[in-house]
Amino acid sequence: MSQLEMPAVAAGPAYRRQNQRRQMSDRTITHLFIWPTLILLILMNIFPLFYSLYLSFNDYSVIANEPPKWVALDNYEKILTNERSRYWHNFTVTGKYAVLSVGLQIVVGFGLAMLLKEKFAGSGLITTLILIPMMLSPVVVGLFWKLIFDPSKGIFNHLIYMNATGGKEWLSDPTLALWAIVIVDVWMWSPFVVLLCLSGLSAIPSYLYEAAAIDRASGWFQFRRITLPQVMPLLLIAVLFRTIEAFKQFDLVMGLTGGTPGDATETVSVRLYREAFLGKFKTGESSALAYIVLIIIIAVSNLYIRALNRTREG
Amino acid sequence: MSNVALEHITKRFKDVTALDDVSFSITHGEFFVLLGPTGAGKTTTLRVIAGLEKQDHGDVIFDGVNVNKYTPADRDVAFVFQQYSLYPTRTVYENLAFPLQSPLRKWPKERIDQRVKEVAEKIHIAHLLHRKTANLSGGEMQRVALGRALVRSPRLFLMDEPLSNLDAKLREALRIELQHLQKTEGSTTLFVTHDQIEALTMADRIAVLNQGRIVQIGTPYDIYDRPATTFVAQLVGIPRINLLPAVRENGLLNVERSTIRLPLPTDRTIPQRFLLGIRPEDVRLAPDGDLRGEVALTEPLGVETVIHIRSGQQTLLSIAPGITDLKIGDVIAYSIVRERLHFFDLDGVRL
Repeated sequence: MSQLEMPAVAAGPAYRRQNQRRQMSDRTITHLFIWPTLILLILMNIFPLFYSLYLSFNDYSVIANEPPKWVALDNYEKILTNERSRYWHNFTVTGKYAVLSVGLQIVVGFGLAMLLKEKFAGSGLITTLILIPMMLSPVVVGLFWKLIFDPSKGIFNHLIYMNATGGKEWLSDPTLALWAIVIVDVWMWSPFVVLLCLSGLSAIPSYLYEAAAIDRASGWFQFRRITLPQVMPLLLIAVLFRTIEAFKQFDLVMGLTGGTPGDATETVSVRLYREAFLGKFKTGESSALAYIVLIIIIAVSNLYIRALNRTREG
Repeated sequence: MSNVALEHITKRFKDVTALDDVSFSITHGEFFVLLGPTGAGKTTTLRVIAGLEKQDHGDVIFDGVNVNKYTPADRDVAFVFQQYSLYPTRTVYENLAFPLQSPLRKWPKERIDQRVKEVAEKIHIAHLLHRKTANLSGGEMQRVALGRALVRSPRLFLMDEPLSNLDAKLREALRIELQHLQKTEGSTTLFVTHDQIEALTMADRIAVLNQGRIVQIGTPYDIYDRPATTFVAQLVGIPRINLLPAVRENGLLNVERSTIRLPLPTDRTIPQRFLLGIRPEDVRLAPDGDLRGEVALTEPLGVETVIHIRSGQQTLLSIAPGITDLKIGDVIAYSIVRERLHFFDLDGVRL
């Protein structure tokens, strides 16, 4: 025993200090790693989340030199019931945009995936090329599609009408402008659906099709009874992701139309941006709007996730 | 009637020849087994018959009609896959009804319902009809897969090792059931297996396949008692046949590197050097036996004991009924049943 204790005494204080550092418990180390991140998260995410919830019940503007004034549900009431504020218009535009855009993306993406599932010379290369739009920045995409849609020198009208002057004014026609954004979004994000569907399709074991062929099932029968049920969970995930994105749609709209003509393409996010950061800086009101959007997205996601779980359980 | 014939079928996958000039025919109501080790081409043969794979040469003939150009649907065969291949997310009922709902058939709902229930009853899955197939056990899944083949009453049943994913007990139970079903229904069946017990117990006739070639076709009796090559002799029978190099010497049969001497058979010409095959059950322990050996190992199996007898540098397997009290090193006397010896030339072909 005494012999074992000897070195510690001989080594003196330097040894003891080193020993103490080594004795720092796992718990301490854990805290040292976690807290910096947690503090950052609280400052940058959690605090703003609750602070904006508080502001949504107040009349407040960041540029006015006045403290927030409690107005309870006035902001929400204004957004949801006041006709003149035209918030309902923004919701309608966003809803229409989401349904059209997500619907078309699913149809186009699933169709392309069915084609690409068959291996042919160059199918690998084509799959890679198809994914390119997804990798571009939405603002850049918006800006160059603005040129493509240009009524006098854009290639879009040229290709459709084979005559650059006879075409429609896609971005300044109130009914066509939303379609233009939908077209660009479908162009950009169908590849994402292709990718998800391809992984689902390639996971279907070939013996199921062989069994079906022997069972004398028609092509349509095989598609409906084997292909579709097997890809369904992935399709629903694609719908979920794309719907959330559609509700947040901002950069593409800003790049293409900025909400014009009039407010024909003004989605909720664009309106939110306008209320919060342009003109009067209505911070309280826009916080309320942001919370309404959040609640809608959570509700819609919940519906999808429930549907997803149902298909998973079979 | 459903007679099926394969004529000179050859199938290559890139550089590998999966089937090499395979010919055989199955008659109506027959239980025909394709037996062979993994990679022998058994499954490929089934797939060619079903039309899932196109042969490079040769013809598939159903009742005298060449069906080379027929699609799998047109051939009217049922296929039971090794991995069950049930449609997931569907109930057992839907799986059974699936082949009957084909637009090619146009069966009314009541008739489908009646047929599904009838078959479910027959293979004891009536209580499972409304369960999802994903929640079934392996045995239940394979029953459903069998049921899906049965509902159609097809021209021919093709079964690709349907029992090999099951545990031993279940395999035995289903084997007996399958055999019973085939005999009562009189259905023509082509059954693929690598399990010699399945082949011997179930088959009316067996075709042994090795490296894409048919080695022997015959009844289980033929295959076991008159194996055409050493490959067939070693493939069937547990424990394995004793295969020993032997020479002709002074009018006697002399097993090399051992003390075993036997009289030569008189009914055939035996070359100077050859291979001698002796089934373990034909090596009999007997106090008055004319051969002597030493016990090298015993394997008690309950109903019988496998005894390894050392003679010189050779070891012979023998079977004794029940459990013996022999110990390693014991010197024993035994005899060999001379009428049941198998002779093969050095290339393994039966003499």
